[in-house]
Amino acid sequence: MEVTINLNGTPETHDVEPRLLLVHFIREKAGLRGTHWGCDTSNCGTCVVWLDGKPVKSCTVLAAMADGREVRTVEGLEQGGQLDPVQQGFMECHGLQCGFCTPGMLMTARALLDRNPDPSEPEIREAISGQLCRCTGYENIVRSVRWAAEKEATEAEEVTA
Amino acid sequence: MTTVEERPHTGFGRTLRKEDVRLVRGKGNYVDDVRLPGMLHGALLRSPYAHAKILSIDTSAAEAAPGVKAVITGETLKGLGLAWMPTLSYDTQAVLATDKVRFQGQEVAFVIAEDHYAARDAVELIDVDYEPLPAVVDAKKALEADAPVIRDDKEDQTTNHIFDWEAGDAAKTDEVFANAEVVVEQDVLYPRVHPAPLETCGSVADMDPVTGKLTLYTTSQAPHAHRTVYALVAGLPEHKIRVISPDIGGGFGNKVGIYPGYVMSIVGSIVTGKPVKWVEDRAEHLMSTAFARDYHMRGEIAATKDGKILGLRVKVIADHGAFNATAQPTKFPAGFFHVFTGSYDLEAAHCTVTGVYTNKAPGGVAYACSFRITEAVYLVERMVDVLAYELKADPAELRMKNLLKPDQFPYTTQTGWEYDSGNYPKALQLAMDMAGYDALRKEQAEKRERGELMGIGVAFFTEAVGAGPRKHMDILGLGMADGAELRIHPTGKAVLRISVKTQGQGHETTFAQIVGNELGLPTADIEVVHGDTDQTPFGLGTYGSRSTPVSGAATALVARKIRDKARIVASAMLEVSPDDLEWAGDRWHVKGDPEQGKTIQEIALAAHSTLELPEGVEGHLDATTVYNPPNLTYPFGAYICVVDVDPGTGAVKVRRFIAVDDCGVRINPMIVEGQVHGGLADGVGMALMQVMAFDEEGNHLGASFMDYLLPTALECPSWELGETVTPSPHHPIGAKGVGESATVGSPCAVVNAVMDALKPYGVRHADMPLTPAAVWEAMQGRPIRTDLAIP
Repeated sequence: MEVTINLNGTPETHDVEPRLLLVHFIREKAGLRGTHWGCDTSNCGTCVVWLDGKPVKSCTVLAAMADGREVRTVEGLEQGGQLDPVQQGFMECHGLQCGFCTPGMLMTARALLDRNPDPSEPEIREAISGQLCRCTGYENIVRSVRWAAEKEATEAEEVTA
Repeated sequence: MTTVEERPHTGFGRTLRKEDVRLVRGKGNYVDDVRLPGMLHGALLRSPYAHAKILSIDTSAAEAAPGVKAVITGETLKGLGLAWMPTLSYDTQAVLATDKVRFQGQEVAFVIAEDHYAARDAVELIDVDYEPLPAVVDAKKALEADAPVIRDDKEDQTTNHIFDWEAGDAAKTDEVFANAEVVVEQDVLYPRVHPAPLETCGSVADMDPVTGKLTLYTTSQAPHAHRTVYALVAGLPEHKIRVISPDIGGGFGNKVGIYPGYVMSIVGSIVTGKPVKWVEDRAEHLMSTAFARDYHMRGEIAATKDGKILGLRVKVIADHGAFNATAQPTKFPAGFFHVFTGSYDLEAAHCTVTGVYTNKAPGGVAYACSFRITEAVYLVERMVDVLAYELKADPAELRMKNLLKPDQFPYTTQTGWEYDSGNYPKALQLAMDMAGYDALRKEQAEKRERGELMGIGVAFFTEAVGAGPRKHMDILGLGMADGAELRIHPTGKAVLRISVKTQGQGHETTFAQIVGNELGLPTADIEVVHGDTDQTPFGLGTYGSRSTPVSGAATALVARKIRDKARIVASAMLEVSPDDLEWAGDRWHVKGDPEQGKTIQEIALAAHSTLELPEGVEGHLDATTVYNPPNLTYPFGAYICVVDVDPGTGAVKVRRFIAVDDCGVRINPMIVEGQVHGGLADGVGMALMQVMAFDEEGNHLGASFMDYLLPTALECPSWELGETVTPSPHHPIGAKGVGESATVGSPCAVVNAVMDALKPYGVRHADMPLTPAAVWEAMQGRPIRTDLAIP
């Protein structure tokens, strides 16, 4: 069946089997390999992307279900050569090591800040609790998200001032 | 928060990671990201039984399935002499089962198809006729007379016994125990767990039929060792094998050995003439790749009534699974378990370790264990707490009283280790100060009055990392030295080639910092090349926290070779004798005249120019070295964990975790802290939730993240870190390894805390994982065996 997904603003059309998972559509059909696959039971969250603006585990969505919809991946975070503040935050605060969980974490972090620009530490931990990280012990991920929140708050102040 | 630096960053200190530039953009290159023209996909059929004879395998339906290019069985491999492969412990392991299967999840057949969906469909179509056999699941019963013999493939193997090994002085230890005022005995299980890196194992094999050269992209922590093993096994010449270990999504010791899937991707590429990718799924990963621990330990500790520890005696049954594939230096079948005397000054110590086969996957050494030091530290730190329990002593005070003193270093232990340096009381005191130890004990006393369960766990550990001296340490005969190559380009930019392989530990950044520190070059100007055996010098890879001790030392020394060579070139440039020059961190200048000097960049250009050099000096600014470490490095740490236990449910909440680590000189404190954070999460996971349990038929009860639980951000507290700095005297930059310290040191801190909380219930010991159910049972006076689903 033919599926068209608006991927980071660009339509991707492919003839796929109905059983094809969205994560494989993104990685193998569209060739965007920042989105990872880390488990078979929908626990790890390395495959988190946005579907119509909401984070989903793309290993648990069929590509066919995303037909005609908007998907945003880690490759779509950088805008006009400028890293998203969450990407900067993860670099500044050492929120990644092997980098395998990072794309999913970044997508969840971006979504969190969009709906809650000033999250507390427990709110951040809750937001990323559907995602596993084996390297960081989470501490610096929490700090990274806070860094991004503070940077965005400062920039917003500068705009209003 | 970082500030803009006025000068480019050179040398040690906090600097952001070079790796992150690609990884936050989704531009890493992991094995499953590799795509080659014409690439096919492989999938493995695995055994549903833990122990069964294979009567027949019918692959006809799979071969006829759409998109399928080949189906390979053990019989096919037999003809090629590849049905079995050597392991890192000089045992053999079945690549694909021929005679029988020996663990659930074992590799039975390999399908190659046009895509991985088709490959997996075809796996379902293979029909195998099995005759089930009784399984050996309990390691403690593996040597019983009526136990089924698992390895009947091996000549002369009539039992499930693998090896006996001992260390220390048995007679002297027995004497100390016979005369001791206090002797306490405790059975301690370190259950089977799994490193579970987020990226599973995989490979892409590309055998070029024209050149006869094999390129293998693979999740390997030791690419050079893998190349040599493939050469020996497959009979391919080593210069025709290129192993490329690209970005790895975490290794944690799981990616040290060679798995049947890698071999099958190679065989598949040879058979089909096309590149073949194999990437396992999570269930396969958990069921079949290197597990960790599974040590059944009986510890005894001897002491005086007032708490002077005199001796330790330990007996271990080590469950190695069906094939002994444990990764450790050849002469150490129980790894470095004999550092179990820990941080204490004992009169005598002795251990025996007996390895046994069971119907489980191979492994043992993995998950940041530093070759069994996790088990050693867990044992001694539990025993010290058990002693404190019996003596009604404070566990921190008891440790403080028995810790080695700074003036005792270098210290030779009763089992023969020479600890390089340490200031243990200082580290423990710092941890106690950070925790507010006395106030915590007061709070605990008040809570106990109210029936609330709060526990304070103390653990002190000494690690032994940086294997190792060639004379004593080898893997399959390959000495554990590591090479380094450094080239300075004409414009002063540098390329460092190293033999170790990062899996997230930040080598691309920290190794550049080492060069920068030695030569005064900006970190940004130094490219670190790793993981490609055609491009890097030979070495044994990254595990056992050996990168900084061995390869880091090689890097410092190769940079010093460059510095020495630069001195000759500078002397020619300045027309003075080399003896008249002194080094100023980034330049050679005339003694007493800092204005008359040349930076490394200036010297590099001159070294490639027409400048006339003294006879015997070749020009250019390149160097290579091999570093054979004189000893291991011995980092240490003091950890304090505070838990609250719900008396109604047994649920444990880790409220605080204080970790003081001393790894000598810190190359990049930011990265050290990240390493420690990750290891502390491991400790919480192992202590409270992780176990690979089995039922009596050998069914694996933890083969997915539904059952094999890893801590999330909600189970981890905000870590509180401290540091002291006691450099390694024998290391070129005084740095010790650290990556595994927190995984080694933290599980016992958590368990000690939970046991401390349960004191009102008279619980002296319960085995990990301390799940709510296990804690609740212990509170009822019924501690359970957590690794078996058998009463």
